[in-house]
Amino acid sequence: MNSAFAHKLAPFLSFTVLVLIWEIAVRFAGLDSHVLPGPSQVFFSMIELIKNGAIFKHTVASLFRVTAGFYLAAVLGIPIGIILGRNQTAALIFNPIIQFLRPISPLAWIPLAMLWFGIGDKPAVFLIFLASFFPIVVSTTVAVQSINPTFFYVAANFDFSRAEVIQKIVIPAIIPAIITALRLTVTIAWIVVVAAEMIAVQSGLGYLILDARNGLRLDYVMDGMIVIGLIGILLDSIMRRLGRIESAAWGIRQP
Amino acid sequence: MGHIQISGLNKEFVNRRKTRREEDLAPFGQTVPVLEDINIEIEDGEMVCFLGPSGCGKSTLMRIVAGFDHQTSGSVIIDGKAITGPSSDNIFVFQHSGLLPWMTVWQNVELGLRKIENQDEKCEKIQEYIEMVELDGFEEHYPHQLSGGMLRRAEIARALVVNPDILIMDEPFSGLDFLTHMKLREEVVNMHQYLGKTILIVTHDIDDALVMGDRIIVFSRRPSQIKLNRKLDFSHPRNFFKKDTELAKLRDELFFMLGVNYAV
Repeated sequence: MNSAFAHKLAPFLSFTVLVLIWEIAVRFAGLDSHVLPGPSQVFFSMIELIKNGAIFKHTVASLFRVTAGFYLAAVLGIPIGIILGRNQTAALIFNPIIQFLRPISPLAWIPLAMLWFGIGDKPAVFLIFLASFFPIVVSTTVAVQSINPTFFYVAANFDFSRAEVIQKIVIPAIIPAIITALRLTVTIAWIVVVAAEMIAVQSGLGYLILDARNGLRLDYVMDGMIVIGLIGILLDSIMRRLGRIESAAWGIRQP
Repeated sequence: MGHIQISGLNKEFVNRRKTRREEDLAPFGQTVPVLEDINIEIEDGEMVCFLGPSGCGKSTLMRIVAGFDHQTSGSVIIDGKAITGPSSDNIFVFQHSGLLPWMTVWQNVELGLRKIENQDEKCEKIQEYIEMVELDGFEEHYPHQLSGGMLRRAEIARALVVNPDILIMDEPFSGLDFLTHMKLREEVVNMHQYLGKTILIVTHDIDDALVMGDRIIVFSRRPSQIKLNRKLDFSHPRNFFKKDTELAKLRDELFFMLGVNYAV
């Protein structure tokens, strides 16, 4: 068989098998739909959610929060990472604080987030920001510190100014590492948004799941999970595409 | 311009490596003398080849002359002025490619011409030097798409386009295949005769030094001192296998000096 064709077919095949096993398990184990709804039931309720537009409303709400929090984290985190990577004194002062805050789960911030930002989008955006900020700062710092020192000698040899060193050496040198970091971080942000939406908001996929659970509609819960998974794949592929831009990848073709 | 006066130069390193790789290296935290009382005067336009055992400090001396590193004591004076740091009068060609991998050949050569306002003049100059090193047609290639020899050529073009007084080449032919090595060596000799710049070349290859150098300087093991400082008054192209018996004799002598008793 043509291998390119096989590569495209394989994911569909594995999903079909997954759905089949799911259907068989539900039918033959005689599980109640309150414990595990079957694929067909989940499918029809998904159509219901699409028809009344609820799924779109919640997806857009979640995507907005992720975008805002993630964007803020990147806009602040990348420059801070560059400063920490270039300036040893700054790194000595701020690294311990960052390393201390980094392992604290964003979910542990929920009480404070609600206290500071009340209810609505703000606390959720704040939590996503926290979840993305530290990984971005740390990856950027490491990327800057591992730039080949030869490039800085070249810059000095051709009389680069400080701004030119950042613009022509540091930023292009770290772009591949940054794209990888953003790709990993957007996944974390997407995981956190669901948890963040289980508190203090009336929209979003996390809210949809919590609300459906309270109404004992496990089929809606699973619809929410499916959309979360699909959007996760989509976000990852968008970030991967960024890495293929020729100048970002130094002209190296990436898979 | 490109006269270099090195006087009474000493360089010490502080050993920051916890494990001792070599017997003669000082324990952690102590200083290791690398260069000891180096005195060299290099004329404007001279091509000087530096030979010596590995780790003897040749590259360190080059980095000091380029302004990347500082001597512990002594002085390096270029055209009457003590060096204060790197400058584009004094370009270093790196052993492992110093081309910026995220820029094309064209953009790399353009690095030193950033201050030229006139676009036409700039393009013309870049094109001229790219053609000089026979890389026309590869302007839009990225470094990873070039062979080892082409990488060196591109870097030489980038160095020459700023019209420096001094060119410092750290093992410019290492890692190249034999024929590329020979061809590039010939081109550097031609380039030197044509442009007449001061060129300092660090090499492990005795034949490179004999074929190219106006002068050969041999360093001893660390702490390095100058073992030999000899002018080579032979015309180019040089060939020690046939004609210049004096050159052949010197070759044997150099092999012996560097610890090889039977030269090939």
